[in-house]
Amino acid sequence: MENLERILTEHPFLKGLDKKHIELIVGCASNVIFKAGDFIFREGESADSFYFIRHGRVLIETYVPQKGPIMIRSREEGEILGWSWLVPPYRWHFDARAVELTRAIALDGKCLREKCREDHDLGYEIMKRFAKIIAERLEATRLQLMDIYGNGTHK
Amino acid sequence: MAHTNNIAERIIESNPMIVQQFRISRKIKETHDTFSIELELPDSMDGFSFNPGQFNMLYVYGVGEVPISISGNPSKNKILTHTIRVVGTVTKAINNLKVGDYLGVRGPYGAGWPVKQAIGKDVVVVTGGIGLAPLRPVISYLLTNREKYGKVALLYGARTPEDILYIKSLEKWRGRFDIETLVTVDRAVGDWRGNVGVVTTLIGKSTFDPLHCIAMVCGPEIMMRFTIMEFIKKEIEEKNIYVSMERNMKCGVGLCGHCQIGSTFVCKDGPVYCFEDIKDLFQRREM
Ligand SMILES: Cc1cc2nc3c(=O)[nH]c(=O)nc-3n(C[C@H](O)[C@H](O)[C@H](O)COP(=O)(O)OP(=O)(O)OC[C@H]3O[C@@H](n4cnc5c(N)ncnc54)[C@H](O)[C@@H]3O)c2cc1C
Ligand code: FES
Repeated sequence: MENLERILTEHPFLKGLDKKHIELIVGCASNVIFKAGDFIFREGESADSFYFIRHGRVLIETYVPQKGPIMIRSREEGEILGWSWLVPPYRWHFDARAVELTRAIALDGKCLREKCREDHDLGYEIMKRFAKIIAERLEATRLQLMDIYGNGTHK
Repeated sequence: MAHTNNIAERIIESNPMIVQQFRISRKIKETHDTFSIELELPDSMDGFSFNPGQFNMLYVYGVGEVPISISGNPSKNKILTHTIRVVGTVTKAINNLKVGDYLGVRGPYGAGWPVKQAIGKDVVVVTGGIGLAPLRPVISYLLTNREKYGKVALLYGARTPEDILYIKSLEKWRGRFDIETLVTVDRAVGDWRGNVGVVTTLIGKSTFDPLHCIAMVCGPEIMMRFTIMEFIKKEIEEKNIYVSMERNMKCGVGLCGHCQIGSTFVCKDGPVYCFEDIKDLFQRREM
């Protein structure tokens, strides 16, 4: 637990958070490990956690009939994986597969949602941080959708 | 013979519009739509010197002429290398040429990347698609003069793994401890295990010092705009960001006005600009 608390306190995502809020978060945290090829979650399943990736790489994929899985993002050391735990109906929209041995801290979404409901200051801090992540991901997705290296541009 | 060569050199120096014929000595297929060509210098030349970022006008007899950046190593001036993506008439015609055929070349033209101004600082190179071609000479230059620079980071984005240029060079660079090479693709299928996501997502993963770096960016304009937004979030000063602008060209030497945007001629004053100097022109559509 002490180890988890130290790692979470030092993580840039939680930077600036009060000790008491970190302690609440640690109460919902656990260490997890995935082997290369393991699915961390699959599209449609209930999204009941998110992850601080400590080591390794995870590919986010979607399955396209006749084409198979298409990789659309990767997440690595230092990054947060998953935000569907925050938004009803709490279901994953994509698959996430570890492509190498991946260690992470899993945060139980149900547990954290409950704590955010009880302590709105914590809820605000978590929402603020996820809003930033979601905005960054939206921006990157827009750029990706433009298919900037495709036909029509010479570069 | 030496006497004739000197006269030829003097004529060429005094008339930058003269096209010289270079023999194609090697052709390399880089990806499904992109190839590199190596050209042998004509007898009248004993070396082809250029600054990283400069370009040549390449001429196919009876078809036309296009500006193409020099993509080879500036310290190896006996071979001239270009990397070309086939998009239309002239690039297709160049692709149809074979080893042993001749290609018209005039140049080098334009202002290159600020490799001298970057001495003593970290250098971060962000590039997408064929934009790696004009920046490969920068990487070669930095690695040849490695002790003069701080951290060197190359962040490269391609559409898919099949579109990645210079795979062998990238592998070599990734194996070195003195350059941080991060590659990403916009999307992938199959057994790709690397980064997936647009090139701007690599900026946060790189370890360069934003307060003491020179940033060089080359790629589609939209990619450069998003990259600059990320740089500004990281507090890199505009005066330390350099971009490559591209406009259609004809003369390549500041005479015809074809490439003019505002008061600048991209062929002569660019294609590489300090972002601070051109930020107002940067998003202006081609005129
Ligand atoms: C300074 C400079 C350096 C360049 N360096 C390289 C390089 O290293 N490698 C490389 O492959 N290309 C480079 N280019 C781009 C290259 O010059 C063009 O792709 C080429 O002129 C296209 O000629 P084309 O006759 O084959 O195509 P065209 O028949 O003229 O055009 C075919 C299609 O490509 C589009 N297109 C053509 N030129 C441009 C352009 N400049 N900007 C946007 N769209 C264009 C047209 O709109 C059209 O859709 C550079 C351009 C400049 C200005
Ligand atoms: S191409 Fe003629 S002025 Fe630039």
